[in-house]
Amino acid sequence: MSAGICIRSLNFAYSKLPVLENINLEIEAEEFFGLIGPNAAGKSTLIKLLLGLLMPDSGEILIKGQPPLKARHLLGYVPQHPTFPCDFPITVEEVVMLGRQSPTYGWFDRQDRQAARVAMQAVEIADIARQPIKTISGGQRQRMLIARALISHPEILILDEPTANIDLQAEESIFSLLKQYNDHITIIVISHDVAFISEYVHRVGCLNKTLICHATAAIDGKIIAELYGGAVRMIQHVH
Amino acid sequence: MSEFFAALVQHQFLQLALMACILASVGCGAIGSYVVVKRLGFLAGGIAHTILAGMGIAYYFAGSPMSGAIICAIVAAILTGMIKLRWRQDEDILIAAFWSVGMAIGVIFISRTPGYSVDLMSYLFGNILLVTRRDLVLMLVLDVIIVLTIVIFYKQILMTAFDETFARTLNIKTEAIYIMMLCLIALTVVLLIQIVGLVLVIALLVLPAASAALFATSLHRLMPLAIMFSMLITTSGLALSYQPNLPVGASIIVIAGVFYGIALFAHARFSRR
Repeated sequence: MSAGICIRSLNFAYSKLPVLENINLEIEAEEFFGLIGPNAAGKSTLIKLLLGLLMPDSGEILIKGQPPLKARHLLGYVPQHPTFPCDFPITVEEVVMLGRQSPTYGWFDRQDRQAARVAMQAVEIADIARQPIKTISGGQRQRMLIARALISHPEILILDEPTANIDLQAEESIFSLLKQYNDHITIIVISHDVAFISEYVHRVGCLNKTLICHATAAIDGKIIAELYGGAVRMIQHVH
Repeated sequence: MSEFFAALVQHQFLQLALMACILASVGCGAIGSYVVVKRLGFLAGGIAHTILAGMGIAYYFAGSPMSGAIICAIVAAILTGMIKLRWRQDEDILIAAFWSVGMAIGVIFISRTPGYSVDLMSYLFGNILLVTRRDLVLMLVLDVIIVLTIVIFYKQILMTAFDETFARTLNIKTEAIYIMMLCLIALTVVLLIQIVGLVLVIALLVLPAASAALFATSLHRLMPLAIMFSMLITTSGLALSYQPNLPVGASIIVIAGVFYGIALFAHARFSRR
């Protein structure tokens, strides 16, 4: 498990309101892992714990054998769509350049621009580099955020609801893009769109305070009903 | 207008006032841009009014009101920053408390100052025509501090302003950057108090940058544009108020308001096309 993520007996509560209870999870290198669950199930909280933005109450998280705060350089993070003001005066290229690890002092330099160009070409948004972000579409914005995460060459890419607020076509193109990167990057994607991500991911974790993983990607109506309905039990899938 | 230019050649106090407008505009445009994109107008107002406490205390102990203002502004910036970071829910109440308690302390100290009574009005509404060479040097130093800090930490500032959560995942010390920016806001407020006084300072800090923000597509374009707008507004306020003998600070603020109105109108016309 050297190249992956290991979570052991993790508990977390927001001021005594338990959000995550006894989470155990191992994600292998180059796995495409989907995390699903209803609203307020703790999905974003789990991601924040992985990113070291929150500290667990008990249990441990190891990313390639290191605690999250020391493993941040391995992670690329694509936040849920509106985490920033969409009318902020900034261009697409600048947003992408801001994703570079340990930024230097002073103005953006040639290395910043070069790295941004590569990342933007990878997600096919090089043509809108100079546009202010308030003029771009939802799908373009999502690609921009993926480019911002990719610019620092992460080994693990974490996406929080990457396809919220965009149309189905853009959604498909983003997932096939992620699929290409999956040959050398571990991908964790949060979604509430169970049926859709099951086409792409290797394994699905169903989170509703507790976490149950399903060994294959095939999700049927029964699981969904149980996840969103009441008690969650382990279910054996046969592929 | 022509009388202003004739007087400008003759009178040194007008030349100094004009220099003060230009120097104040540099900090005003650069930091005003940050205040506008981060929507920190209320917080900047709180810091501005708290400064009266520092000026009053300095005056009472026969110190220089300007150094009192700088010290008090920095203390107020750090305290409000801590409030914002630690007690997020009660932020507006705490800032309102700072705002008026700071002013009240200032008024008390000024009233207890022995000797001739200080002209409170010039702190509240500015008196640019009394600017001295020494004031200009101080303004220049503040400008250099502000501009250098922005140039050195540009990426970190932009990152923290744009997407704080993401900046934290890159190990940026977002809280330190935030407090640093509040200190720069505080220094800018001190810079502008010379021109328009502390009551009117928020308008001058916010309006030129808000006008520029309508047209700029990125922060490094917004800042110089806001500086230019600010120079235009302050110098024309100085020139237009001269002949009818109007208070300069108030005239500048009215022009800033009109300017913003025109900018909104132009922007609406421009973007409809």
